[in-house]
Amino acid sequence: MRWVFEPGFFSSHPVHVAFVVGSIVAVVSAVVGVFTVMRGQSFAGHSLADVSTAGGSGAFLVGVNPLFGFVAGGVAGAGAMEMIGVHRARGRDLATGVVLGASIGLAALFLYLGTTRSATTGASQQILFGSIFSTTSSTLWIVALFSSLCLGIMATIHRPLLLSSVSTDIAAARGVSVRVVGLLYMFALALAVGLSSLAIGAILSTALLIGPPAIALRLTKRIGWTMVAACSTGVVATLLGVLLAYDSYYWSSSHAYWPVSFFIVVIIFAGYLCTELPLVRALTTSRTDTAMVSAAPAAVDP
Amino acid sequence: MFAGFMINAWTVATIVAVIAGVVGFFVVLRGSAFPAHAIPNGAFAGAAGASLIGVNTLAGLGVFSVLAALAIGALGRRGRHDVVTALALVVMLALGALFLSQTTEYEPEIFSLLFGEILGVASNELLPVVVLGVVCLGAVVFLYRPLVLSSVVPEVGEARGVDNQRIEMAFLVVVALATAMTVPVVGALLIFSLMIGPPAAARSFTDRPPLAILLSVGIALATVWAAIALSFETDWPIGFFVGAMSAACYGLGRGWAAWRRNRAVPPESELGAVLVGA
Repeated sequence: MRWVFEPGFFSSHPVHVAFVVGSIVAVVSAVVGVFTVMRGQSFAGHSLADVSTAGGSGAFLVGVNPLFGFVAGGVAGAGAMEMIGVHRARGRDLATGVVLGASIGLAALFLYLGTTRSATTGASQQILFGSIFSTTSSTLWIVALFSSLCLGIMATIHRPLLLSSVSTDIAAARGVSVRVVGLLYMFALALAVGLSSLAIGAILSTALLIGPPAIALRLTKRIGWTMVAACSTGVVATLLGVLLAYDSYYWSSSHAYWPVSFFIVVIIFAGYLCTELPLVRALTTSRTDTAMVSAAPAAVDP
Repeated sequence: MFAGFMINAWTVATIVAVIAGVVGFFVVLRGSAFPAHAIPNGAFAGAAGASLIGVNTLAGLGVFSVLAALAIGALGRRGRHDVVTALALVVMLALGALFLSQTTEYEPEIFSLLFGEILGVASNELLPVVVLGVVCLGAVVFLYRPLVLSSVVPEVGEARGVDNQRIEMAFLVVVALATAMTVPVVGALLIFSLMIGPPAAARSFTDRPPLAILLSVGIALATVWAAIALSFETDWPIGFFVGAMSAACYGLGRGWAAWRRNRAVPPESELGAVLVGA
């Protein structure tokens, strides 16, 4: 065992916090991300991290708690994307791109004004590469609060959301207000992304949002199993990444930690590549591809 | 504003606007906004890696962005590549984080890679931009017909012997080349905004591709020139002005399209009635 768990691994406080925060964020990201992948909104999911950053740096500039700026920026950006969003995926990505470009521009301005006035640098870097190990116990409560809010929204809208993600036409015919559901979903996405990019950095935020659900959707088409597979893939990748990052201190004589984000991303990407293997695809595609489509209308039946 | 040290900024901005206007038209037409964002953003890892092993950073940027384009093209299926793009982006960013953690020299340059330092362009940085610009424009001219066909009506393109998958690959490589060499000069943000806003606006004004491309280049030029002038006057970052004005262009285009649609309904239906009647 000593070869796997280097000394002090289980007694290290940062490791405990990283385990807890990482698992919560991985689960929330996976639950929200399954729909992000199904709806083809990966670009929005990634962009919201940058959009939140603009809100965070704006709040920092006016002296408000950056967390509120983060959430407010993300929610405002999500609203803007959904409002100008076009129904076709192409137009939607375009709208996302416009919001993204405008908000990175704003972030550049806020950071410029912030650094010239108060000489604090590194804020953008910290957000982009923010580390799971730098999370403190106090942010744990905020993470828990926003996670439950996000999961609450998802639990409320999951049936109409699933239906409108599979087919907007069927959803509309059954009386689902597709736009309201889409807007609520974007708010949940903004919460999840803002939260995770603040807690573990923007890179990992996108990786955990898209990677595990993409893997899960390759393996199974049933929504329940997809959720279970996505959550467990995300949690396992996170915990394994934390372990490897901790161990990496002992790998070279220079004694420098390798970034956690690197390990988690590599594990997730390797997992995704595995689903491309002929063997895996032969095992998974033999099952009915229509399972989710046929299950979805049944799911909203009274 | 037109002093000697500003000449390079004006020159490079003009070249970049032309490239972004032309390549961006196809980015908008094909719905490739995500790859256009991911490739230059992730390519910074190449620069970080190159500086780690002591190679020219431009080479690192080029290699990484072309590799990313090829990976996205190869793993994406049937035109749906948003998941693959996201994964390629995070893999590159994570590699960048790893490279940065192994060195202490490179960090201040991240900010300039993302936001650019167009007002401090050196003369020897101009040549690669010019060469790459010519290569990209040449590639677009060469690929023009199959590119338009496979973007607008992929099925017709297929029937006429256009290999959509191969065109997609070639186009992503063009995007990679267009962005990689311009990123150190103008930043990932500026090139991305220029590739989305002006072409999207141009498409709202006209449906004819050649005209739309010209218009897109014109709007991009106007945007970037105004941004430099405003940035010079106010000392605010140029990326802010480009981002804001690109969004404004897009808004104007959408507004114009909606207005025209509302007005155009009666004549169009009349025409339809005439045609049906005839």
